[in-house]
Amino acid sequence: MKIKAIALNTFKEAVRNKIFYLLIFFGIFFSFSSKLISILTIGDTLKILKDIGLASINFFSVIIAVFTGINLVYKEIEKKTVYFILSKPVERRDFILGKFLGLALTILVALTIMISFFSIFILLFSGTFDPYILLYFIFLFTELLIVISISILFSSFSTPILSSIFTIILYLIGHVIWTFNEFKYKFINPIEKIFAYSIYYLFPNLEKFNIKGAIVMNDPINIKIIFSTLAYGIFYVSAILLISIHIFKHREF
Amino acid sequence: MNALEIKDLSKSFRSNFLYKKTTILKNVNINVKKGTIYGFLGLNGAGKTTTIKCILGLIKPDHGTIRLFGEEAEKVSSRASIGFLSESPYYYDYLNAKETLALSGKLSSLSNKKINERSAKIISLVGLEGKENLLLKKYSKGMLQRIGLGQALINDPDFIILDEPFSGLDPIGRKELRDIILSLKAEGKTVFFSSHILQDMELIVDDIGILRNGKITKEGKLKDMVKKSIKNPVSYSLEDLFLKEITK
Repeated sequence: MKIKAIALNTFKEAVRNKIFYLLIFFGIFFSFSSKLISILTIGDTLKILKDIGLASINFFSVIIAVFTGINLVYKEIEKKTVYFILSKPVERRDFILGKFLGLALTILVALTIMISFFSIFILLFSGTFDPYILLYFIFLFTELLIVISISILFSSFSTPILSSIFTIILYLIGHVIWTFNEFKYKFINPIEKIFAYSIYYLFPNLEKFNIKGAIVMNDPINIKIIFSTLAYGIFYVSAILLISIHIFKHREF
Repeated sequence: MNALEIKDLSKSFRSNFLYKKTTILKNVNINVKKGTIYGFLGLNGAGKTTTIKCILGLIKPDHGTIRLFGEEAEKVSSRASIGFLSESPYYYDYLNAKETLALSGKLSSLSNKKINERSAKIISLVGLEGKENLLLKKYSKGMLQRIGLGQALINDPDFIILDEPFSGLDPIGRKELRDIILSLKAEGKTVFFSSHILQDMELIVDDIGILRNGKITKEGKLKDMVKKSIKNPVSYSLEDLFLKEITK
């Protein structure tokens, strides 16, 4: 009940902020503007619409996840509203979990709005509903859960500016880390090999969640890959939340 | 059993620069009897808020024990019997008074029915009738103090900690707050509060503790202490006692 109260309060804070709606508006606007760009390019219009539209939704949902995540937790500490919560019989673990779930709900709502508009847009254009967009929605949401857990981790001990930088850097690393997996066989020196393996397994491989290419090209997606990717996301989120809880438990206010 | 027992409480902080250690509390001992009003006095920086933060588990003591009704204060469950009003109004400004009380009640594991019952009573007690649907961002400091007191009382706590509760209140507000504190005492509650406004404190406290440079230099019944040091019975007051204590 306490986690639910903190989560709903976090959600309330996010949705009572006008910037939240502005970012959703831009997400929808840019995904619709893919129609305009498709006129200027040569190729399959539907593919271009999906490619640019989903990329826009991805970009704005990441912005919402990073900045809402960082601000909401840090603001609790900076504005000392954390005193209000922690002076009640509330475990610090519940505070972090409540914040995470509240942010997850915020992202879920934002993503649902953007994806719904985009799905209707594609339906009107092509006359068919693409079920893979739903899969894209689930994958992107899981990826964003990793992003918000990272933002909570950093904001539990750092300032918003540093947390934003760290989270964005980790997000970018997460999208290129797969290259370490490709190159690790080329390392002959055992130390270099261990280093490459460590880096690959330590950082989140966010590219696993990027199925935009498959959707645009209408490639089939293996059911095993779907479940293993989702399990990977859940494992990673759980690990980061455990670290955040550990740090937050030892923090003094 | 006392409501609050603090034994040998010490706390120091390390500053970021050069990692220098600053001791804030040195072997502090405090005993607050059940059903009394305890005034916690000290200059700015004496360690009053640090002591309160230790009681609430917001910071961990280096040394010493804190017990609330016999239960160790570091246990989260001990806070179920506490109501806390902080020095500055640290509340969510996007919520209104009703929502603030509801959130506070939920964090104290109250049922929705109980929250509704208590909220109506508290809104009236702290004098916020007609303002309960206004967002806190539109509240004055005095109104925030009132809702702060309200959220502290939502769980009907047995031990109420008030950090500088009179700050920001006008004379009528101060009088009303004194009456509320006295009514809490009449209900058998224990009130522990710090304040710089000694005149208000003198009117309501049973016991006082004076904190100076992180140490309790005087503790006991206010009446006894004022009597003991008395030279001129007419002019002697808590203010005289406090000034004497901190300048000696």
